[in-house]
Amino acid sequence: MIRSMRWKGAAFTVPFQLGFVFLYLLPIGYAVYESLFTEKQSGLGLGGATTEFVGLDNYTQGLTDSAFMTSILRVVLFACVQIPMMLVISLLLALFLDALTSRVAGRFRIVLLVPYMIPGVVAAIVWVNLYSPDVGPLTAIGKALGFDWNFFAPSMVWPSIGNLLTWHGIGYNMVIIYSALQGVPRELFEAARLDGASELRIARSIKIPFVRGALVLTGLLSIIQMLQIFNEPALFRNITPQTVSDSFTPIMIIYNQAFNAGNYNYAAALSVLLALILGIASLLFYRLTSKEAD
Amino acid sequence: MTLTEQATERPEVRGVRRLSQPDPASRGRGGQRFLLVGLTLASVYSLFPVWWLIVAATKDRTALYQSNGLWFSGWHLWDNLHQVFTYQDGIFLRWTANSFLYAGVGSLGGTLIALATGYGLARFDFPGRNAIFACVVGSFLIPIALLTLPLYLLFSAIGMVDTPWAMLIPCLINPFSVYLAKVYTEATIPYELLEAARIDGAGELRIFFSIVLRMMTTGGATVFLLAFVNTWNAFFLPLTVLRGKENWTLNLGLYNWTGTRLESGIDLTGLVLTGALLSIVPMAIMMVAMRRYWRSGVTLGALK
Repeated sequence: MIRSMRWKGAAFTVPFQLGFVFLYLLPIGYAVYESLFTEKQSGLGLGGATTEFVGLDNYTQGLTDSAFMTSILRVVLFACVQIPMMLVISLLLALFLDALTSRVAGRFRIVLLVPYMIPGVVAAIVWVNLYSPDVGPLTAIGKALGFDWNFFAPSMVWPSIGNLLTWHGIGYNMVIIYSALQGVPRELFEAARLDGASELRIARSIKIPFVRGALVLTGLLSIIQMLQIFNEPALFRNITPQTVSDSFTPIMIIYNQAFNAGNYNYAAALSVLLALILGIASLLFYRLTSKEAD
Repeated sequence: MTLTEQATERPEVRGVRRLSQPDPASRGRGGQRFLLVGLTLASVYSLFPVWWLIVAATKDRTALYQSNGLWFSGWHLWDNLHQVFTYQDGIFLRWTANSFLYAGVGSLGGTLIALATGYGLARFDFPGRNAIFACVVGSFLIPIALLTLPLYLLFSAIGMVDTPWAMLIPCLINPFSVYLAKVYTEATIPYELLEAARIDGAGELRIFFSIVLRMMTTGGATVFLLAFVNTWNAFFLPLTVLRGKENWTLNLGLYNWTGTRLESGIDLTGLVLTGALLSIVPMAIMMVAMRRYWRSGVTLGALK
């Protein structure tokens, strides 16, 4: 390619590059910079605050901050339960759809995607009200079935949020897995059937291995989202602040440190830590799942 | 390997089955019914919350608390709508307009930038191209808190916090849109066409605006749609950078209304539910109208 044209091509990406520097690189750099300082009140707090360089102190404080570590552990444990469950259901539904004629499958697919079209905050509003003992029908239904459940009880908060996330996420994950399934060469099924393989066997031995890549991807995206969960617990907190504390998830802690405690430096350090943990978790997951493939 | 094992293992069984069950379709029917039942249950699970929301929006306060949640009881939808749009001097309408402004203008600008970038990355070879693409993909992993907090500080330093710009500017740069645009360019814009246009003497800008953009309408529509939905659904960014009520988005407003019961004891549940239903309507219309585009967008973006 001629030299001048290369630069013309590069020119098409200039607006993005400028924006990326301003909206991504600069904030990240700024966050890292801020995380190395701390604001100290001088004297009796009357002389105003001074900013002091403290090196990695904010980080060591974050790593030993039991509230922060607990919130990460809480979210990780929850992810270990909710994500596999959601993905198994999505996979099952995708396999079901794949076994139907495309016309029937198309109708179900649209219906199953309805929750995904609903904004996360609205989805949370709807479920919080469905769970509510005075407005929602679920408490009454539970009573009729002999359960006396309270969706806002401390032991029920995670299952309640988990159900909400599963409801919201199934459709999207199902569509991705389903379209991966559509890529399996149909002749393989015919050949397997001629060899006497049952539909179940075909699903287990051909279809599921074939969509492994899609499962890894949906799993990775879910992990990234889960570590950053904020909307759902924030809305639950609006209704039951006694069960959902303000340090329930890592992002809630970061938000509180920044906007309620005014501790930007510490909040910046925590967000850098969260980013590192997120990167490590993604890498681990990717390594783990691609190793299994060998 | 499992397949071949099976093939050598049970040729006879196969023959027996064929004989005893001459109509293979009838064997499939039971299985088919099982699939349909499973999918129907999943559909009920997907739809009943939405159904409940629709029903709830038609009820007055007493019916909301006392009648069966899954069926109608009195028709008060118009009263509820009237209330939503007049409460606090009609601030809900303002929030709706804001949501449309941020999602519409922000996504339009973002889509244009993404298409240009995607085209540049896909069809030109220049130094730094791989680095830019690495930034695009790498940024998928950056947590929102890491970006949003310092962005808030930067915006407040230049006096942009609490203005529409604080929402609009971040929308302009969307790495996922760039990624999609690159994939679409690779699929729809052949090198030969660009060569032909160049030989005819067209400038690069002219080629982009009158050929590439036109051929990318489908891809562009998908990018726009997904960006629109993202911005419409955004919560953490507006919560952080918008302070005053009058610049809020619908999501932020509804979130605030759910919290008023704790703060002041005023129960706005009816308003919140009707407002929530309203905020879904534009999404539903867009999704249905552009079904063809967004379906391919969701899957393409995820798989390539």
